[in-house]
Amino acid sequence: MKIKTVGFILVVSLVVFSSFSFGQDLLIKNGTILTVTKGKILKGDILIIKGIIKQIAENIKGPKGVRIIDASGKYVIPGIIDSHTHIALTGTNESAEAITAEVKMRDVLNAEDRSIYTAISGGVTMVHTMHGSANPIGGENIVIKTKWGKTSEEMIVHDAYRTLKFALGENPKRANYPTVGTPRYPQSRMGVNAIIRREFLKAKNYMEQWDRYLKAKKSKKSTKNLIAPRKDLRMEQLADMLRGKMVARCHSYRADETLEFINLSKEFGFKIACFEHACEAFKIAKELAEEKIRISVFLDNWAYKVEASEGIAYSAGYCTKNGVLVSINSDSGERIRRLFNDAAKAMKYGGLSEEEALKLVTINPAIQLGVEKIAGSLEVGKHGDIAIFNEHPLSAYTLCEKTIIEGEVYFDRVQYLKEREEMEKKKKQEEKKKEKKRGTK
Amino acid sequence: MTKRTFVFAVILIICTSFCLTQEKSPGVIAIKGAHIIPVVGEDITEGTILIKDGLIEAVGKNIDIPQGAKIIDANGLFAYPGMIDGSCYLGLQEISSIKATVDYRETGRINPQAKTVEALRPDSMHIPISRSNGITVALVVPSGGLISGQSGLIRLVGWTPEEMIIKSSVAMHIQFPSLPRVRSRRDTQPREQASKQIRELKEILKQARYYQKRKDAAKKNLALHLPEFDEKLEFLLPVVNGELPVMISVHADKDIKAAIKFVKDEKLKAIFLGVTDGWKVAEDIKKSGIPVVFSSLNSVPPKWEDGYDAFYRNPGVLAKAGVKFAFSSGSASLAKDLPYHAAKAAAFGLDTKEALKGVTIYPAQIFGVDKMMGSLEKGKVANIVLADGDILELRTNIKHVLIDGKEVDISSIYTELLEKFKKR
Repeated sequence: MKIKTVGFILVVSLVVFSSFSFGQDLLIKNGTILTVTKGKILKGDILIIKGIIKQIAENIKGPKGVRIIDASGKYVIPGIIDSHTHIALTGTNESAEAITAEVKMRDVLNAEDRSIYTAISGGVTMVHTMHGSANPIGGENIVIKTKWGKTSEEMIVHDAYRTLKFALGENPKRANYPTVGTPRYPQSRMGVNAIIRREFLKAKNYMEQWDRYLKAKKSKKSTKNLIAPRKDLRMEQLADMLRGKMVARCHSYRADETLEFINLSKEFGFKIACFEHACEAFKIAKELAEEKIRISVFLDNWAYKVEASEGIAYSAGYCTKNGVLVSINSDSGERIRRLFNDAAKAMKYGGLSEEEALKLVTINPAIQLGVEKIAGSLEVGKHGDIAIFNEHPLSAYTLCEKTIIEGEVYFDRVQYLKEREEMEKKKKQEEKKKEKKRGTK
Repeated sequence: MTKRTFVFAVILIICTSFCLTQEKSPGVIAIKGAHIIPVVGEDITEGTILIKDGLIEAVGKNIDIPQGAKIIDANGLFAYPGMIDGSCYLGLQEISSIKATVDYRETGRINPQAKTVEALRPDSMHIPISRSNGITVALVVPSGGLISGQSGLIRLVGWTPEEMIIKSSVAMHIQFPSLPRVRSRRDTQPREQASKQIRELKEILKQARYYQKRKDAAKKNLALHLPEFDEKLEFLLPVVNGELPVMISVHADKDIKAAIKFVKDEKLKAIFLGVTDGWKVAEDIKKSGIPVVFSSLNSVPPKWEDGYDAFYRNPGVLAKAGVKFAFSSGSASLAKDLPYHAAKAAAFGLDTKEALKGVTIYPAQIFGVDKMMGSLEKGKVANIVLADGDILELRTNIKHVLIDGKEVDISSIYTELLEKFKKR
């Protein structure tokens, strides 16, 4: 009995310990390393210990028995980060009401979404997966690492900003969707702005009520008849915005609506982390740079609606050159696997250098998500989140061969090809068996 | 001044002005010093391309440039034939969600009378963007229903539809009914639906043949009645008479097989469009001799078991099997991305030279215009692109584009808007 209990405790503690232990050890050898922030090493090694980059140098001798990946002739870059997507979720829009700040994407994470695999097949290691744009104020977004095969809890990046989704223009207006029954307020850009203002005014009122209550409670006067205000989850979220505990990620297309939202943020004193899509950002690069507001854009996806019909491919490059911090996002479970292609296009349209282009999908999104201390570039002390490409990642002919998160390999093309071959063999054998069976019948 | 000298002077003035206008016309152009990639034949380093009257007069290393020729200095540049988009909506759509700007899809199911070139908007904002990325010719296609209409081949320059049209009717487009993927009892409904639609297609072709017969008979015998005019059958006549190929949109392996049988049974000239499951039935396609235009490779395969890269490697597999193929953008707003579909296929196993052919000479062959275009050869139309690198590469900049021997404007709404707001 006693031995059994001891054994049980041992097993449990082992399981608990292993689930808490962080990352793996790995040595990547002889690759061309594009660190993004610290230049290029033509032939170098990266040592990852317990998921963290310990050393980047030439000829590193790793600890005994460490797993080694030979990256000779390959390109090693930091894992790609998608600043705006909707993968790994069982729902995106809570569109029944216009204001739904209380919903959280963390509650609908889906670790089995195959888009996670699609993402890692394109070198993506981290995504900001977001509420949709049906509402002027949507829900709270979440940052996860694309650890395919792990639980959603294990994927969550706790270091990232808490972000709340806002949306302007045609989508919250429901301009491109058939109206069923009475149209939902708002139906115009006036209404979108007004409803956001209304909610922040409400939130201020709510905060004040709580302050008064807490003050009264503390005071020495009788608190007999004191009733606490009703807890409102929606208001709590907006209060967190006003307290600076959360930042805004705002879906916007037109230059004018973007400027209006900046005015709103000043009116109430909340922080805008980033504008999403910002198709007309090139028109207001000056204001964005001055206000130090970042943008996360498509490189050239455009003309799918009126407000996207001036979203020129030069915008990302032009804004970068004018001092705006830009990232390129996918907003899609497909485009997510070729963000490096989009980055390359920013060299053609906008004249960015290789390093500037790579930044659009690595360190820049990391900064936008508040995770630049752990991800976004290859530096000692950061997480071992890495993508290995067979050719230069900005070449049209390149493909991702390995995607590594915290020293652990999550995507391996060689392994994939092996498995595919085996599967095809099996399939053929089964077909033969079936044919035989049919024959005997 | 005598009368004679006056007449002489007038004639002289007319003659000189005629000569002057002649000099202004394109005449002879020489592209000098380019690394020429003719696509058909070997590359030529530091070569010359001579253009006369819109046609390629000579391509080679030691070519004499006639006096007075306009010279384009292409030192350090690469010369390619203009690319051909195998299927797109250029000029037929401006903003996809705004119905008022979408003209490639008719209502109803049988629309052989619908012609894309008759809805063409020469001033579309998407055309200059494509052109400035080295695409000079495109097949503009209809979509929707069962028989969608007729596609046309256009050059990406011109003020009127007429100036743009190369071939007003290239193919009759059919959306092949798709059989259900999984055979189960629950699926009997859609399965019947699909085979019913295939029967419907066959029936209408049969009717068209009969319509032709009655017309022929009436031609010979005045006493016979003409068949009552039927618009649908009338426009299907070139198809059943073997003059107009059908372009069949088909994707799943089962459907491809069914479509091959359909083409054979009906004795049609055919081109396949899409063919995303082609790699599963490569041999069947090869045997059928039907060429393939791939749709955009930018989709996640619907079947997980096929692997994440199924669409990417499909062209490589089909090329290896010996299938004639071309690439397409399948888009208006992203038609400029045509070369990157070819490059993606090359990344996943297609030979890079073949990939280039898939956007130049192969589509020309498939659409029956390879004597006119698709490569840099003597006698062909001078559709030429001068680039600072590999034309399929994302980072390459296009410096000059010539269509029919004339240098075309490579500015677009992209550059216009940028310049406008740079002035801020």
